[in-house]
Amino acid sequence: MADVLAPARPRPAAVLRHARTYLRLAAAWVRSSYSYRLSFWLMVLSSFAVNAIEFLAVVFIFANVPDLGGFSLREVAFLYGTTGVPMALANLLVGSVEDLGRSIRTGTLDQMLVRPVPLLVQVCSDRFALRRVGRLGQAVAVLVWAGLFVDWSPAAVLLTLVALLAGTAIFFGIFVGFAAIQFWTADAAEVANAFTYGGSSLTQYPLTIYPRELVAGLTFLVPVAFVNWYPALLVLDRPEASGYPGWLGLASPVVAALVLALAGLVWRLGVRHYRSTGS
Amino acid sequence: MPLIEARDLRRDFVVHRRRGRLRRERDVVTAVSDVSFTVEPGEMVGYIGPNGAGKSTTIKMLTGILVPTSGHLRVAGVDPSRRRTDLARRMGVVFGQRTGLWWDLPLRDSFDLLARINDLPAARYAENLERFTSLLDLTALLDTPVRQLSLGQRMRGDITAALLHDPDVLYLDEPTIGLDVVSKARLRSFLRELNRERGTTLVLTTHDLGDIEALCDRVMVVDHGSLAFDGRLNDLRAHAGATRTLVVDLAEPGPAVEVEGAQVVRVEGPRQWLSFPADASAAPLVAALAARYPVADLSLQEPDIEQVISRLYSTARPG
Repeated sequence: MADVLAPARPRPAAVLRHARTYLRLAAAWVRSSYSYRLSFWLMVLSSFAVNAIEFLAVVFIFANVPDLGGFSLREVAFLYGTTGVPMALANLLVGSVEDLGRSIRTGTLDQMLVRPVPLLVQVCSDRFALRRVGRLGQAVAVLVWAGLFVDWSPAAVLLTLVALLAGTAIFFGIFVGFAAIQFWTADAAEVANAFTYGGSSLTQYPLTIYPRELVAGLTFLVPVAFVNWYPALLVLDRPEASGYPGWLGLASPVVAALVLALAGLVWRLGVRHYRSTGS
Repeated sequence: MPLIEARDLRRDFVVHRRRGRLRRERDVVTAVSDVSFTVEPGEMVGYIGPNGAGKSTTIKMLTGILVPTSGHLRVAGVDPSRRRTDLARRMGVVFGQRTGLWWDLPLRDSFDLLARINDLPAARYAENLERFTSLLDLTALLDTPVRQLSLGQRMRGDITAALLHDPDVLYLDEPTIGLDVVSKARLRSFLRELNRERGTTLVLTTHDLGDIEALCDRVMVVDHGSLAFDGRLNDLRAHAGATRTLVVDLAEPGPAVEVEGAQVVRVEGPRQWLSFPADASAAPLVAALAARYPVADLSLQEPDIEQVISRLYSTARPG
């Protein structure tokens, strides 16, 4: 099996071609869902509203307490935005991978497997839901507001941009890796949710409010702390707050690469383990 | 070089059975068991067998969807499950019970998308689309969303979709399931023409033996995961020990006739049914009968292919 396990070295040209295919397939789904125009815009709006209300809850907490785990509302908003944007981006781009179990049950996956496009590209663009931009819009709004109070240096800007990218990649990997469990057991979608949405919810707050064991888990097991927590501590100039070395804030791209490699491996194993449905 | 080469192809499935409230037992079920065959380019092969015999599992291994448990498999020279996306450019697949088209999009949009992901040059796409849609009578439906198509229309859409990129081999899993007589006939003649004109290899699984009789020179019968027969349709009749029946109308009712090489299986007034081996000639029998009995009329019944197949299943079954 050595050749399966060795991750394929993606050539730039192939990556570009796959990205184009992804966009074409996604656009097809947008066209078909946009035929129900009103319901589309309602969904966008409600997805924005649900997340906006979630952030309002944070604002109300601060009406009662001066700080949360030693962090002000503005700082928490920055944490919220820096996990919210990568999460919303990953959710928009590859969130459909959650529905892998359904594709397996309905046999759609068989159809995808006989097309000359990598399975992951097809699964991630399947039922592409543009309405998820609602969530992205809300996260961007919070991040922009929080950014107004950050003391920006060129290094902080660069670090934030890198963290947003690496964070998107980390969530991407977590989405794909945990979704791949459905190749073994088609009903495992909820397990994946716990780590994707659960992970992003936890990191909306300063990790100082959690027990040490949980922080360790979010650092070493499901490393969502690298999405925003460690880089944000550097940007906010609070490197000592985590109890871990401050340089962890620079490690996000490395962690992202590891997560992606691991997710790719699980995905490949899953595809080879796929057993299809009867008839 | 053969297009498809399968040697000792096998696929096991691990299933967990419940025993009691919590205990589970691990069982290995063999869906395809050491099947060997080759298919040459341009052949039309029927792959038949009862439900659960391993037809779909075999097709899914040939198309790269499922990884064989063991055995050697090459399609167009490559291992399907490892070179799936490369092979996809050279094959077309139609699963009769499902669609590969985009449900909410007009038929044309599905075709456009598939042409794009197959990197089909625009000119060839236009030519193939025009050709297949007119042959399959879909031109007027191109702007209809797939969900509004009838089963037969959708099937023709799926077949067009599977052929747009000029595949070397077309796999059809139950292509005529649920189609009416006219649609079936049209589809069969289309497939025959495709094979003749473009040399497209056809591998089809079916329950409808009419498909086999209309299309396939060669038939493979699979039962309990093993090949029970692989050969020409005519040989299948003899192989399964099928019989032909001579129906004789005598001038008047009488006792069962006695003639060598055949036996009476039924008597109803002046009419008698004589059964004899499918590979024997009817001529000497008719001569012998006419010499001894007052024969008013004769007719010959060919063995029913359904009956042939079901005989084969029951004889191939172990135990």
